[in-house]
Amino acid sequence: MNDTLILIVSGVIAGSCPVLFAALGETLSEKAGVINLSLDGCLLLSALSAFAASYQTSSLMIGFLAAMMTGALVSLFLGIMTLYFRVSQVALGFVLSLFCRDLAYFFGNAYNRLQGVEVGPLPIPFLSDLPVIGPSVFSHNIVVYLSFLLPCALWIYSDKTKAGLSMKSVGENPYAAYARGYNPRLIRLCHVIAGGILTGIGGAAFSLFLKAGWGRPQGCEGTGWIALALVIFGSWNMFRVALGCYIFSFLQIMGLLFQQWFSDVPAQVFQVAPFPLMIFSLVLVYFTNRFSETSVGRNQRKYRLFFLTARFLSKPAPSHLGKTFEP
Amino acid sequence: MSIKTIGRHLGLPVFHVLMILVLSLFIVSFIVLAAGVSPFTAFSLLYQGSLGSVSHLGHVMKSFFPMTLCAMGLVYTYRISLWNIGIEGQVIVGALSAMVLFRLFPEPQVPSLFFSLGIVSAFLGGMGWAMITGFLKSTCGVNEIFAGLGMNFVSQGLALWLIFGPWKRPGIASMSGTDPIADVYCLIESGPLSISGFELILVFILFIFTWILIRKSIVGLKLHASGSNPFASRLLGLQPTLSIHLALAVCGGFAGLAGLFQVSGVYHRLIPSISSNYGYLAILVVLLSGFDIRIVPIISFFFSCLLVGSIQLPMMLQIDSSLSGVVQGIVVMVYLVYMGIARHLNSRIRKPVYE
Repeated sequence: MNDTLILIVSGVIAGSCPVLFAALGETLSEKAGVINLSLDGCLLLSALSAFAASYQTSSLMIGFLAAMMTGALVSLFLGIMTLYFRVSQVALGFVLSLFCRDLAYFFGNAYNRLQGVEVGPLPIPFLSDLPVIGPSVFSHNIVVYLSFLLPCALWIYSDKTKAGLSMKSVGENPYAAYARGYNPRLIRLCHVIAGGILTGIGGAAFSLFLKAGWGRPQGCEGTGWIALALVIFGSWNMFRVALGCYIFSFLQIMGLLFQQWFSDVPAQVFQVAPFPLMIFSLVLVYFTNRFSETSVGRNQRKYRLFFLTARFLSKPAPSHLGKTFEP
Repeated sequence: MSIKTIGRHLGLPVFHVLMILVLSLFIVSFIVLAAGVSPFTAFSLLYQGSLGSVSHLGHVMKSFFPMTLCAMGLVYTYRISLWNIGIEGQVIVGALSAMVLFRLFPEPQVPSLFFSLGIVSAFLGGMGWAMITGFLKSTCGVNEIFAGLGMNFVSQGLALWLIFGPWKRPGIASMSGTDPIADVYCLIESGPLSISGFELILVFILFIFTWILIRKSIVGLKLHASGSNPFASRLLGLQPTLSIHLALAVCGGFAGLAGLFQVSGVYHRLIPSISSNYGYLAILVVLLSGFDIRIVPIISFFFSCLLVGSIQLPMMLQIDSSLSGVVQGIVVMVYLVYMGIARHLNSRIRKPVYE
């Protein structure tokens, strides 16, 4: 029993790591008001560049740096074109997503099924000796530990610092921020790039330990779209997005177990789960908003429990999300 | 159609069209060089693999028909400024619903009647799937991009479940798909190109139909009006919600027919990747066409040539066949960026590109 539990928990934690980085990066960029649809292709391309760089130099550090550079460059391109040249965010993001994927396959051909370096586990001294929790939580590698800290760090950044406030202000109302003396386009650009860097780390996590190596298919196709869905499911809140990632990873692991019970259902079917959940949470957002607008007084008291639950489950998107800003 | 007319249709002078093509060619050559292959060899192989022989041209046409159908459907949705990313799923569901009928009646008494029913079923299937997105958009306020994306993955899951579950081959369930459909449901290929006359005629009729409807009729104008300004069009007595449903229904129906082509014309069974990414590619086609129905077939043909021409690249040059996707992505990106910069320099135009 204990062994199964350890296996599940450690699988969930390791499996959620890349999607967590990607989804939190996307949250950062969407909170600043830019939809970065290139996530899926960006993950693959940075996975490739991480593997290629670490294979050539046999240095993990350079692999991670290369992946971060790739993510930053892709999102820099998207950011400059959409913010300064008013190209549609959706159009360019979508094209970039398909293009980066194909580019990764194209350049990845030379690295097919090669044995590269891998991130080794780094058990935390004392803590990893604890029963159950030790082997399942504290015996991963350093990137996974970083993924524990990331939601907290980003929450502190977005809710407790002045820079985080400026990020939210350009996402909600860039005109007010502009009048206040901020430069909305520059702030947006910085956060899009930061999001790209985090996505790059996510991609590197795929090719350097979770699904180590490169192949076609690599195994992380579709993760970017799932991360996009999880951002909405987590209603742009760092902790909820992180929770969504863990739930998703849990579903994936359980999919493998379910497959033993329902042998005729392929594991891929269980990966679909985040998408109906995403649509459901969007529907919920819409109806709570409409409910709070249309009903006053008695009605609102009458359905108070429903209202509070729905409000608790979902929060509205940044109000200037995906729109262009003209100073 | 000469390059001059293409330029006029793009709303760009010839010079700009040439610039876009030359820039794309330059970037692609650079990427191919970076992979250690001579660009000339790669391009000549792409040409030979697609237009080099009659049989290759037949393959090109086989991917041209479904892609053009999807792209024509997308013209309707872009006309009212809707992003129907869900088209990929609509192709899959169209294929699924055709398969349902083909499997229910494996030995039809009147083949032509049941095949027609299959066409209707595919159309309705794709349409219904698109209408879910439309319903979510109009009634539940869900952005059509996210709704469509979600529905794509749901339909993919549905197809996988059918292939590995209820429709699996006796004994084995594998990624190679279900049992083949009955011969009467497969499209008859004829002529030197060995393409199906049915596909050719259907695509041609729908092309003329779409052209007239979008550009010459009051319906097209209404779609355009409700897309440009939903509020004003409501004041005018138009119904923007109805337009959303109408455009999505037609688009989904076209995508469903593309799914039928894939089942009856190409694979003769249901496979996991039945849509062959034609939905996503059609989005690129329509973006590059500047939403102009008249040049959609040209671009779609160009994309099909790239797709088919790249199949033999791995064998001949040891480079990946995804070069076609790289070229397509580069051309569309150069076009978008070029337009963005051109509009930026011409600062009188304050309208964002495609929004």
